[in-house]
Amino acid sequence: MGVIVAKSVNEACALLAENPDTTVLAGGTDLMVQVNKGASSLENVVDLTRISELKGWTINDSEIVLGSGISYSDLSKPELASILPALAQASRTVGSPQIRNAGTLGGNLATASPAGDTIPVLVAMNAILKLRSSKGQREISVDEFVTGVKSNALHAGEIIESVRLPLLEGPQEFLKVGIRNAMVISVVSLALLVDDKGKSLRVGVGSVSPVPFRATEAEEFIAGEFDWENYSQLPEKVKSRFSKLVADSTKPIDDHRGTAEYRKHSVAVLAKRALERVCIRTES
Amino acid sequence: MISETYVLSVNRKNHEVADAHTSESLLWVLRERLELSGSKNACEEGECGSCTVLLDGDVVCSCLVLAASAVGREIITIEGLGKGDEISDIQQAFVEAGAVQCGFCTPGLLVTIDQMLDADPDPDELTVREAISGNLCRCTGYGRILEAVRIASGNRKNQSEKEDSK
Ligand SMILES: Cc1cc2nc3c(=O)[nH]c(=O)nc-3n(C[C@H](O)[C@H](O)[C@H](O)COP(=O)(O)OP(=O)(O)OC[C@H]3O[C@@H](n4cnc5c(N)ncnc54)[C@H](O)[C@@H]3O)c2cc1C
Ligand code: FES
Ligand code: FES
Repeated sequence: MGVIVAKSVNEACALLAENPDTTVLAGGTDLMVQVNKGASSLENVVDLTRISELKGWTINDSEIVLGSGISYSDLSKPELASILPALAQASRTVGSPQIRNAGTLGGNLATASPAGDTIPVLVAMNAILKLRSSKGQREISVDEFVTGVKSNALHAGEIIESVRLPLLEGPQEFLKVGIRNAMVISVVSLALLVDDKGKSLRVGVGSVSPVPFRATEAEEFIAGEFDWENYSQLPEKVKSRFSKLVADSTKPIDDHRGTAEYRKHSVAVLAKRALERVCIRTES
Repeated sequence: MISETYVLSVNRKNHEVADAHTSESLLWVLRERLELSGSKNACEEGECGSCTVLLDGDVVCSCLVLAASAVGREIITIEGLGKGDEISDIQQAFVEAGAVQCGFCTPGLLVTIDQMLDADPDPDELTVREAISGNLCRCTGYGRILEAVRIASGNRKNQSEKEDSK
C-alpha cells in the first residue's frame, strides 16, 4: 500500500486492520528521527495529519475533548491556552517553532517517553484517552496507557483518537528544568494544578521515574494546608514539607542529562516554586 | 520499498518524484531528487533547523517530514523566497548586515525569518529570538542575524508606510 494520507478515522482504522504491519504517522518528530537514523524503515504508512476530526476540540459540561492530532502550536494559542494553561505552558517548552508546528499530543502520548512534556499535565488531570480500531473503541486513563519507558497500552490496529480532560477552576503551573530554554528535553518537569471546586491540588512529575505520575502524598498534605479563601502565601515550613514529599515520591536515575541526586533536588525546587506561583497569582 | 511515483508541489510548481524509497524524508527528496539543494542537511534529527521549509505556510524541519506524505501540500523552500532572479528583502538584509559566515544555517534562517515577518512585520527582540530558537548558527553569534532582521523589518515598515501615504 505504501504511504496513504487518510481522510477519516474510519479509513485509517480500516487500513490498519487490512495491513497489520502499517506504521502510524502524525507529526513525524519522533518517528522520522528513528527512520533517518536507519533504526526503522517504512513500508506501509498511514498518515493521520489531514484527518480534520483529529485536529479539533469540543467542550461539554465540565470537560474538554482534544483531538489527538492537535499540535503544540495549537495548544499554545490563546483559545486553548486560556482553558488549559498548564498544557499550554508545557507545549510552549517543547523543541522549537518547527517542532511545535509538527508535533502532536497523540504522538507525545504514543511515544510515552518519561520526559514527554504533556504527560505530567495529563496525569495530574486524570486524562482519559479514547482509542479506536476497526473493531470499536475503548477508553483508558493516561496512567494505565503509559505502561513503562517508551511503552504504551495500544493494541495492534489501534490509534489514539482523543484525550478527555476535566475543566478545572484555579491557577495552573508547568515548570521544566533543562540545560537551556529552547530545544531541550526535560531533566525534570512538574505540573501543579489547583482544583478550586474540588478543593484539591494536583501534582504531576516527569523525568524522575520510568513513567510520569502523581505525587499523591504531597497532594493530600497540601490540600489541608492551602488557604482556600485568599490563596495567600504559605509558611516556609509548609512549603518545605510539600516539596520534600514530592521529592521523596520520585525514583530518578543517573543519565547523560543529569544525576538522580540533581533530579531530586530540582524537583523539590520546582514544587516549591510552583506552589509559590499558584498562591501569588490570585493574591493581587 | 520503492514508492509509486508521486507529485509534490514545491515553490508553486508540481514535481514528479519517481523511484523514491518509502522512508525518504522531504529534505532528501528536495536535495537528491529535485535538485533543490538550498535546504541544508546538518543533523537529520530536527535539532538544527538548517532544513527549514514552509509546509502549508508553517515552518517545519523538512528532515522530519516523510516526503510521500507531503503530497497535496504547498511546500516553499529557500529557492522559492525571491522573485525570479531577484533576492528577497531578507536575503538583501543578510548581505547588508554581514549575517552570513559559513552560510550553512542561512537558508533555514531565511525561511524562518520570512515567515515570522509575514506574521508580525514589527517583532520585538524576544519574539525574534523565540522565532529563530530552532535555527542553530555555529559561526555568527547571532548578533548580525538579529541586525539583519532589524534592517528587513525596518524596510518593510517604510515600504508599508509609503504605500499607506499613497
Ligand atoms: C528536536 C526535537 C525536540 C523535541 N523536544 C521535545 C520536548 O521538548 N518535549 C517533548 O515532550 N518532546 C520533544 N520532542 C519529541 C516529539 O516532538 C514529541 O514526542 C511529539 O509529541 C511527537 O509527536 P508526533 O506527532 O511528531 O509523533 P510521530 O513522530 O508522528 O509519532 C510518534 C509515535 O507515535 C505514534 N503515533 C502518533 N500519533 C498516534 C496516534 N494518534 N495514535 C497512535 N499512535 C500514534 C507513531 O506511530 C510513532 O510510533 C522533540 C523532538 C525533536 C525532534
Ligand atoms: S537537518 Fe533537519 S533539523 Fe537539522
Ligand atoms: S553562518 Fe555558519 S552556521 Fe551560521
